[in-house]
Amino acid sequence: MSVVSRGFRGRARDARHTLPPGQYETHGFPVLSAGPTPRVDLDEWEFTVTTETGDRYSWDWAQLMALPSRTPTVDLHCVTKWSKFDTVWEGVSLDVLLEDVETAADHALVRSYGDYTTNLPLEDLLDGQAWIAYRFDGEALDPEHGGPARLLVPHLYFWKSAKWVRGIHLLGEDEPGFWESVGYHNYGDPWREQRYQGD
Amino acid sequence: MAPPAFLDGNAAAGDLELAFGTDMTMASGRCAGCGEQMMLAQTHAYLGGPGTVLRCPVCGSVLLRLVRSPGQTWLDAGGLGHLRIPAPA
Repeated sequence: MSVVSRGFRGRARDARHTLPPGQYETHGFPVLSAGPTPRVDLDEWEFTVTTETGDRYSWDWAQLMALPSRTPTVDLHCVTKWSKFDTVWEGVSLDVLLEDVETAADHALVRSYGDYTTNLPLEDLLDGQAWIAYRFDGEALDPEHGGPARLLVPHLYFWKSAKWVRGIHLLGEDEPGFWESVGYHNYGDPWREQRYQGD
Repeated sequence: MAPPAFLDGNAAAGDLELAFGTDMTMASGRCAGCGEQMMLAQTHAYLGGPGTVLRCPVCGSVLLRLVRSPGQTWLDAGGLGHLRIPAPA
Protein backbone atom coordinates (compact mmCIF):
# COMPACT_ATOMS: atom_id res chain seq x y z
CA MET A 1 0.00 0.00 0.00
CA SER A 2 1.40 3.34 -0.87
CA VAL A 3 0.74 6.48 1.07
CA VAL A 4 0.77 9.69 -0.83
CA SER A 5 0.63 12.91 1.08
CA ARG A 6 0.10 16.36 -0.22
CA GLY A 7 3.25 18.35 -0.64
CA PHE A 8 3.87 21.01 1.95
CA ARG A 9 3.95 24.31 0.17
CA GLY A 10 4.44 26.65 3.07
CA ARG A 11 3.34 30.23 2.89
CA ALA A 12 2.47 31.53 -0.53
CA ARG A 13 5.22 33.77 -1.88
CA ASP A 14 4.57 37.19 -3.22
CA ALA A 15 5.27 36.72 -6.91
CA ARG A 16 6.20 40.38 -7.36
CA HIS A 17 9.29 40.06 -5.19
CA THR A 18 12.44 38.01 -5.11
CA LEU A 19 14.82 38.01 -2.20
CA PRO A 20 18.53 38.48 -2.86
CA PRO A 21 20.67 35.51 -1.75
CA GLY A 22 20.88 35.03 2.01
CA GLN A 23 18.07 37.48 2.84
CA TYR A 24 14.74 37.00 4.65
CA GLU A 25 11.66 39.21 4.50
CA THR A 26 10.60 41.36 7.43
CA HIS A 27 7.43 43.41 7.78
CA GLY A 28 8.88 45.58 10.52
CA PHE A 29 11.45 48.30 10.05
CA PRO A 30 14.47 47.44 12.24
CA VAL A 31 16.50 50.33 13.65
CA LEU A 32 20.25 49.71 13.54
CA SER A 33 22.62 52.43 14.67
CA ALA A 34 26.34 52.82 15.16
CA GLY A 35 25.87 55.80 17.46
CA PRO A 36 23.43 58.17 19.09
CA THR A 37 20.59 59.59 17.03
CA PRO A 38 21.35 63.20 16.04
CA ARG A 39 18.49 65.65 16.54
CA VAL A 40 18.84 68.16 13.74
CA ASP A 41 16.82 71.36 13.83
CA LEU A 42 15.32 72.09 10.41
CA ASP A 43 16.34 75.74 10.80
CA GLU A 44 19.95 74.61 10.98
CA TRP A 45 19.80 71.69 8.56
CA GLU A 46 21.99 72.00 5.48
CA PHE A 47 22.97 69.65 2.67
CA THR A 48 26.19 70.33 0.82
CA VAL A 49 27.91 68.91 -2.23
CA THR A 50 31.64 69.57 -2.35
CA THR A 51 33.58 68.80 -5.50
CA GLU A 52 37.12 67.54 -5.93
CA THR A 53 38.22 71.10 -6.68
CA GLY A 54 36.63 72.48 -3.51
CA ASP A 55 33.57 74.06 -5.11
CA ARG A 56 30.65 73.93 -2.68
CA TYR A 57 26.94 73.77 -3.39
CA SER A 58 24.45 73.92 -0.53
CA TRP A 59 20.73 73.76 0.15
CA ASP A 60 18.87 74.63 3.33
CA TRP A 61 15.64 72.87 4.27
CA ALA A 62 13.37 75.39 2.53
CA GLN A 63 15.42 75.14 -0.64
CA LEU A 64 15.26 71.34 -0.55
CA MET A 65 11.49 71.45 -0.09
CA ALA A 66 11.18 73.78 -3.09
CA LEU A 67 12.78 71.24 -5.42
CA PRO A 68 10.67 68.75 -7.36
CA SER A 69 10.22 65.54 -5.39
CA ARG A 70 9.60 61.95 -6.38
CA THR A 71 7.82 59.16 -4.48
CA PRO A 72 9.78 55.97 -5.17
CA THR A 73 8.48 52.60 -3.96
CA VAL A 74 11.51 50.41 -3.39
CA ASP A 75 12.70 47.23 -1.70
CA LEU A 76 15.33 47.52 1.03
CA HIS A 77 18.07 44.96 1.67
CA CYS A 78 20.10 45.23 4.88
CA VAL A 79 23.46 43.49 5.16
CA THR A 80 22.25 42.03 8.49
CA LYS A 81 20.01 39.92 6.22
CA TRP A 82 16.55 41.46 6.49
CA SER A 83 14.75 42.74 3.42
CA LYS A 84 11.63 44.89 3.37
CA PHE A 85 9.47 45.12 0.27
CA ASP A 86 7.44 48.01 -1.15
CA THR A 87 8.65 50.84 1.06
CA VAL A 88 7.25 54.22 0.02
CA TRP A 89 9.42 57.32 0.26
CA GLU A 90 9.40 60.93 -0.84
CA GLY A 91 12.54 62.83 -1.65
CA VAL A 92 14.59 64.75 -4.17
CA SER A 93 16.51 62.84 -6.79
CA LEU A 94 20.27 63.24 -6.74
CA ASP A 95 19.92 63.89 -10.48
CA VAL A 96 18.25 67.19 -9.54
CA LEU A 97 20.77 68.12 -6.85
CA LEU A 98 23.80 67.27 -8.98
CA GLU A 99 22.41 68.68 -12.23
CA ASP A 100 24.44 71.90 -12.13
CA VAL A 101 27.47 70.53 -10.27
CA GLU A 102 30.58 70.57 -12.42
CA THR A 103 32.79 67.64 -11.58
CA ALA A 104 35.08 65.06 -13.12
CA ALA A 105 34.97 62.90 -9.99
CA ASP A 106 34.20 59.19 -10.10
CA HIS A 107 33.69 58.64 -6.38
CA ALA A 108 31.43 59.95 -3.64
CA LEU A 109 31.86 59.99 0.13
CA VAL A 110 28.57 60.60 1.91
CA ARG A 111 28.72 62.32 5.31
CA SER A 112 26.07 62.37 8.00
CA TYR A 113 25.27 64.48 11.02
CA GLY A 114 27.16 62.56 13.68
CA ASP A 115 30.26 60.80 12.40
CA TYR A 116 28.91 58.29 9.90
CA THR A 117 30.28 58.07 6.37
CA THR A 118 29.83 55.71 3.44
CA ASN A 119 31.35 55.62 -0.03
CA LEU A 120 30.03 54.64 -3.42
CA PRO A 121 30.70 55.35 -7.09
CA LEU A 122 29.22 58.65 -8.22
CA GLU A 123 27.43 56.89 -11.07
CA ASP A 124 25.38 54.95 -8.51
CA LEU A 125 23.86 58.23 -7.31
CA LEU A 126 22.65 59.18 -10.80
CA ASP A 127 20.06 58.09 -13.37
CA GLY A 128 17.15 57.77 -10.96
CA GLN A 129 18.93 55.45 -8.54
CA ALA A 130 19.23 57.68 -5.45
CA TRP A 131 17.29 60.30 -3.50
CA ILE A 132 17.61 62.59 -0.49
CA ALA A 133 14.52 61.19 1.23
CA TYR A 134 12.56 63.09 3.87
CA ARG A 135 9.22 61.26 4.07
CA PHE A 136 8.53 57.59 4.71
CA ASP A 137 5.11 55.99 4.33
CA GLY A 138 3.51 59.42 4.00
CA GLU A 139 5.00 60.81 7.22
CA ALA A 140 7.99 62.98 8.03
CA LEU A 141 11.00 60.70 8.33
CA ASP A 142 11.48 59.69 11.96
CA PRO A 143 14.92 60.53 13.45
CA GLU A 144 15.46 56.84 14.31
CA HIS A 145 15.19 56.10 10.58
CA GLY A 146 17.43 58.97 9.54
CA GLY A 147 15.23 62.06 9.65
CA PRO A 148 15.11 64.86 8.83
CA ALA A 149 16.63 63.38 5.66
CA ARG A 150 18.63 60.37 4.61
CA LEU A 151 20.24 59.12 1.46
CA LEU A 152 18.17 56.42 -0.24
CA VAL A 153 20.12 54.23 -2.65
CA PRO A 154 18.16 50.99 -2.55
CA HIS A 155 20.01 48.99 -5.19
CA LEU A 156 22.91 48.66 -2.70
CA TYR A 157 22.87 47.22 0.83
CA PHE A 158 21.07 49.60 3.14
CA TRP A 159 24.19 50.72 5.06
CA LYS A 160 24.93 52.81 1.96
CA SER A 161 21.66 54.72 2.48
CA ALA A 162 23.21 57.00 5.09
CA LYS A 163 20.86 58.29 7.79
CA TRP A 164 20.96 61.98 8.79
CA VAL A 165 22.73 62.90 5.56
CA ARG A 166 24.45 66.28 5.56
CA GLY A 167 26.60 66.22 2.48
CA ILE A 168 28.43 64.46 -0.31
CA HIS A 169 32.08 64.92 -1.16
CA LEU A 170 32.91 64.18 -4.78
CA LEU A 171 36.38 62.69 -4.99
CA GLY A 172 38.91 61.71 -7.62
CA GLU A 173 40.15 58.87 -5.41
CA ASP A 174 37.91 56.43 -3.57
CA GLU A 175 37.80 56.78 0.22
CA PRO A 176 36.26 54.00 2.33
CA GLY A 177 33.52 54.92 4.78
CA PHE A 178 32.64 53.92 8.35
CA TRP A 179 31.91 50.24 7.64
CA GLU A 180 33.84 49.87 4.40
CA SER A 181 37.09 50.61 6.27
CA VAL A 182 36.58 47.70 8.68
CA GLY A 183 35.81 44.79 6.42
CA TYR A 184 32.53 45.52 4.71
CA HIS A 185 32.41 45.36 0.93
CA ASN A 186 33.35 48.51 -0.90
CA TYR A 187 30.36 48.33 -3.26
CA GLY A 188 27.70 46.21 -1.52
CA ASP A 189 25.49 44.75 -4.25
CA PRO A 190 22.88 42.56 -2.50
CA TRP A 191 22.21 40.52 -5.64
CA ARG A 192 25.87 39.47 -5.73
CA GLU A 193 25.88 39.11 -1.93
CA GLN A 194 28.78 41.52 -1.54
CA ARG A 195 28.66 41.73 2.25
CA TYR A 196 32.36 41.65 3.15
CA GLN A 197 35.63 42.46 1.44
CA GLY A 198 36.52 39.52 -0.75
CA ASP A 199 32.88 38.53 -1.44
CA MET B 1 10.70 58.64 24.14
CA ALA B 2 12.78 55.90 22.57
CA PRO B 3 15.12 53.97 24.88
CA PRO B 4 18.84 54.58 24.42
CA ALA B 5 20.24 52.59 21.50
CA PHE B 6 23.37 51.58 23.40
CA LEU B 7 24.24 49.05 26.08
CA ASP B 8 27.19 49.15 28.43
CA GLY B 9 30.45 47.71 27.18
CA ASN B 10 29.87 44.41 28.96
CA ALA B 11 27.41 43.59 26.17
CA ALA B 12 30.33 43.42 23.75
CA ALA B 13 32.33 41.05 25.97
CA GLY B 14 31.79 38.01 23.77
CA ASP B 15 32.87 39.70 20.55
CA LEU B 16 35.87 41.30 22.25
CA GLU B 17 37.01 38.02 23.82
CA LEU B 18 36.85 36.30 20.44
CA ALA B 19 38.96 39.07 18.91
CA PHE B 20 41.55 39.42 21.70
CA GLY B 21 41.54 35.87 23.08
CA THR B 22 40.97 37.04 26.64
CA ASP B 23 38.30 38.67 28.76
CA MET B 24 38.38 42.37 27.90
CA THR B 25 35.74 43.73 30.24
CA MET B 26 38.39 44.73 32.81
CA ALA B 27 40.68 46.17 30.17
CA SER B 28 40.97 49.94 30.27
CA GLY B 29 41.76 52.57 27.71
CA ARG B 30 42.00 56.28 27.10
CA CYS B 31 39.73 58.12 24.69
CA ALA B 32 41.88 59.69 21.98
CA GLY B 33 39.21 62.37 21.59
CA CYS B 34 38.76 63.76 25.12
CA GLY B 35 41.38 61.89 27.16
CA GLU B 36 38.89 60.18 29.46
CA GLN B 37 40.25 57.01 31.06
CA MET B 38 37.76 54.15 31.38
CA MET B 39 37.28 50.42 31.48
CA LEU B 40 35.80 48.95 28.31
CA ALA B 41 32.87 47.77 30.42
CA GLN B 42 32.01 51.46 30.98
CA THR B 43 31.88 52.37 27.32
CA HIS B 44 28.68 52.71 25.29
CA ALA B 45 28.25 49.68 23.03
CA TYR B 46 26.18 49.82 19.84
CA LEU B 47 25.40 46.27 18.74
CA GLY B 48 23.10 44.56 16.31
CA GLY B 49 24.15 46.56 13.27
CA PRO B 50 26.80 45.58 10.76
CA GLY B 51 29.40 45.48 13.55
CA THR B 52 30.20 46.33 17.15
CA VAL B 53 30.94 49.96 17.99
CA LEU B 54 32.24 51.16 21.36
CA ARG B 55 31.94 54.88 22.08
CA CYS B 56 33.31 57.11 24.80
CA PRO B 57 30.63 57.66 27.48
CA VAL B 58 31.86 61.24 27.95
CA CYS B 59 32.36 62.71 24.47
CA GLY B 60 30.71 60.08 22.24
CA SER B 61 33.76 59.53 20.03
CA VAL B 62 34.20 56.13 18.42
CA LEU B 63 36.77 54.17 20.43
CA LEU B 64 36.66 50.85 18.66
CA ARG B 65 34.95 49.17 15.72
CA LEU B 66 34.83 45.41 15.38
CA VAL B 67 33.48 43.44 12.43
CA ARG B 68 33.37 39.66 12.25
CA SER B 69 32.85 38.12 8.84
CA PRO B 70 32.68 34.36 8.29
CA GLY B 71 36.43 34.18 7.67
CA GLN B 72 37.96 37.22 9.34
CA THR B 73 37.80 39.67 12.20
CA TRP B 74 38.42 43.37 11.54
CA LEU B 75 39.33 45.68 14.39
CA ASP B 76 39.96 49.41 14.43
CA ALA B 77 40.85 50.69 17.89
CA GLY B 78 42.21 53.99 16.58
CA GLY B 79 39.92 55.93 18.91
CA LEU B 80 41.78 54.58 21.93
CA GLY B 81 44.93 56.41 22.97
CA HIS B 82 46.05 53.21 24.61
CA LEU B 83 44.59 49.93 25.77
CA ARG B 84 45.69 48.21 28.99
CA ILE B 85 44.82 44.51 29.18
CA PRO B 86 45.22 42.77 32.56
CA ALA B 87 46.97 39.40 32.51
CA PRO B 88 44.56 36.49 32.99
CA ALA B 89 44.18 35.56 36.67
